Amino acid sequence: MVEPAVDLTHGHPHDDHAHHGPEGWKKYLWSTDHKVIAMQYMFTGMFMALVGGFMAYVFRMQLAFPGINVPGFGMVSMGEYNALVTNHGTIMIFWVAMPVLLAAFGNFLIPLMVGADDMVFPKINRLSFQVFFVSTIVILASLVVEGGGFAGAWTAYPPLSANETYNLTPLGSTLWVIGVGLEFVAFLLGGINFITTLMNSRAPGMRAFDVPLVVWMIVVASILFMLSVGPLLAGAIMLIFDQTLGTGFFNPATGGDPILWQHLFWFFGHPEVYVVLLPAMGVVIEIIATFSRKKVFGYRIVIFTVVATGVLSFFVWAHHQFIAGIDPRMANIFTITTLLISVPIAELCFVYIATLYGGSIRLTTPMLWALAFVAEFLIGGVTGIFLGAAGADIYFHDTYFVLAHFHYTFFPIAIIGTYAAFTYWFPKMFGKMMDERLGKWHFWLTIIPFNTIFIPLFVLGMGGQHRRISNYSGFAELARDGFQDIRVFATVSLLIMLAAQFIFFYNCYKTWRSGPKAPKNPWKANSLEWTTESPPPHGNWHPDEMPVVYRGPYEFSVPGRVDDYWPQNEPPQRDS
Amino acid sequence: MGFFESWGHFFDRIGLIRIGSTYAADIDFLIFLVLVVVGVWFLAAELIFVYFIMKFREKGDGRRADYIDGKNKRHKRWITYPHLAVLVFDVLIIVVSFNVWHRVKMDLPENPDCVIRVTGQQWAWIIQHCGADGELDTADDIYTVDELHVENEKLYHFRLEATDVLHSFSVPVWRIKQDAIPGRSITGWFQPTVTGQFDLQCAEICGFGHTVMQGQVFVESAEEHAAWVEANTPVEAAAPAADNTPSSG
Repeated sequence: MVEPAVDLTHGHPHDDHAHHGPEGWKKYLWSTDHKVIAMQYMFTGMFMALVGGFMAYVFRMQLAFPGINVPGFGMVSMGEYNALVTNHGTIMIFWVAMPVLLAAFGNFLIPLMVGADDMVFPKINRLSFQVFFVSTIVILASLVVEGGGFAGAWTAYPPLSANETYNLTPLGSTLWVIGVGLEFVAFLLGGINFITTLMNSRAPGMRAFDVPLVVWMIVVASILFMLSVGPLLAGAIMLIFDQTLGTGFFNPATGGDPILWQHLFWFFGHPEVYVVLLPAMGVVIEIIATFSRKKVFGYRIVIFTVVATGVLSFFVWAHHQFIAGIDPRMANIFTITTLLISVPIAELCFVYIATLYGGSIRLTTPMLWALAFVAEFLIGGVTGIFLGAAGADIYFHDTYFVLAHFHYTFFPIAIIGTYAAFTYWFPKMFGKMMDERLGKWHFWLTIIPFNTIFIPLFVLGMGGQHRRISNYSGFAELARDGFQDIRVFATVSLLIMLAAQFIFFYNCYKTWRSGPKAPKNPWKANSLEWTTESPPPHGNWHPDEMPVVYRGPYEFSVPGRVDDYWPQNEPPQRDS
Repeated sequence: MGFFESWGHFFDRIGLIRIGSTYAADIDFLIFLVLVVVGVWFLAAELIFVYFIMKFREKGDGRRADYIDGKNKRHKRWITYPHLAVLVFDVLIIVVSFNVWHRVKMDLPENPDCVIRVTGQQWAWIIQHCGADGELDTADDIYTVDELHVENEKLYHFRLEATDVLHSFSVPVWRIKQDAIPGRSITGWFQPTVTGQFDLQCAEICGFGHTVMQGQVFVESAEEHAAWVEANTPVEAAAPAADNTPSSG
């Protein structure tokens, strides 16, 4: 292996095997290239998004037209309905948001943005995807085993999840826990790489505050994940023991406590929100800076705020449990911490808006997605205040208000954030430019129906509609005509939004067939990934051309320069 | 209190959901307060956001973006002041939320007119009414399934239990919700203010039949309720109760 002359920090052992790389189909099974692994995560995640989206289609049809023979599925029984909502949630969070935002873009961007030829531990990286792939098979298998898929909600509260005589899905619920557990293992392995690569493999000259914010955010997210997942993994093992060995960790009849699971789950579950939020926020700020040709407003403020958010996120978990039977005095403490977390998150939103000020804004497709993220996530943020205030949560807990609230956070994160990142880095990933006109059609036909799905659900939630009910006709207050009309309206909006995704797939196909070739730096951005070929070769740069960094990633529109961008690796003028 | 009372009835007045208990208006007032406070912020943020996008859009006139790094104190205060304001409003919401939370969930009003036991099981609510004597676990208790009969304006305590999995006792018009946990008995209270028949939900997924765990609350006037109690008091309890010797059954 030839060490580039300038490269003093890339000296991690990179096995020879991987440098030539396996050929053909083996490439996809055994590659240690971070870009191939990123693609594997991305395509697996996108496939699972189709699965999760199909589930949403089926149960929304049942809600709008109770008892209908749903085309492509059939009649939806009460048990199937529960399994559909359970696995929709599980899949969309653990098999879509996590692999696409954190794993795919983390894998693709971190080495390219810090100027490394690969992750620090390429083989651990490969193992990470392989474990994830197995977990995907396990969760899909859990849907088709005898008794059906797990149907106790994605939060899997025992005793329902722990005892097959209660949940009636002996195989499905155990496979569900195993699948989720394996998925956690995969992301722990990936997270090790993200953190160590940022710490050890930065290009010469790249100081901590020269690192693009998206890398910071992905790494902070990985740290949050590592710190929070332990208790839940322990809980998952206890749950499997309860299910299969007849232990009673969560069984009050034998001295256990069902509430224990809720603490373990939400101690992980709330930081998890920030685990997927931060990569999306990072993607968005990169795009906003590039397309407003502006330096990020307060780069260091953003990093410190993100770290503060991460720390605070460990002290808010019980706001999911205000009325779950915890000591009511605890609700006071968690109301305070929960509302305090609005301060750093609001600050991030202010920073994003402030970055637009004085810019020269170009509304490209990625920029539209990034701006939509900010506009929509604000709704998710402010509606969280209702739920964080324990007094109001008494009424809103487990209603559609909660459901609409977290879809206004998770949809911007997992869907809008992903489309922003995908359209922004598509030229780098695949070496072609996407069609802007189709991209904008896709954007508007996704964003408008998204709002017309979930704003009505806020109204239903305020009207007292509780969650995970397959048919409201037995509840006089919820079976009002007006309410049923709202359900139909939301479902029709969903159908439009799902149909619009075909525009995206067609755009990908068309671009792949006949899109114009992408230059190295189509958006005139500064960070290092734009200094190599599109797509980058194995090893990312030619070994003699490994980048050296002279400045931060957001030096746009610097006064006195001809260009309105200033790549991180461009040497400063000698005479200065 | 007039002010609180009137805005607390906002969601009732627009026809979204009735106010049916003594604390329902408190909860609605809190929700309305949050709606106003965060609504103003939300609209301001979105308007400024959209205004910036329109104003600073590239118009092909060759204007370059400004170079602002946000380190300047004069610039930084555009972030600092709003976020201090957010903090102030957070404190306001926390204070009102504490008041509501204490009233509903922590301060148990004494001397209830009746104590009931609500037990969740897959997939029904078993209600043990206090009967004519107002006491629980006496011979004249009335048991029903999925039907809760209460007298309007009376103070009720409930003991919430579950036999198998988690359930959640929820009556939207009363703004009451509390999870039922196997192995525990959770005490709470309510005081209905409107007569009529209302939904009784199970708000926590409890397995296959979660959808059909449908109950009703009957809030009756004093006469109606007395008639219902009389008609439903167990026969074996009614006879000995007359000569004041409770039966062992």
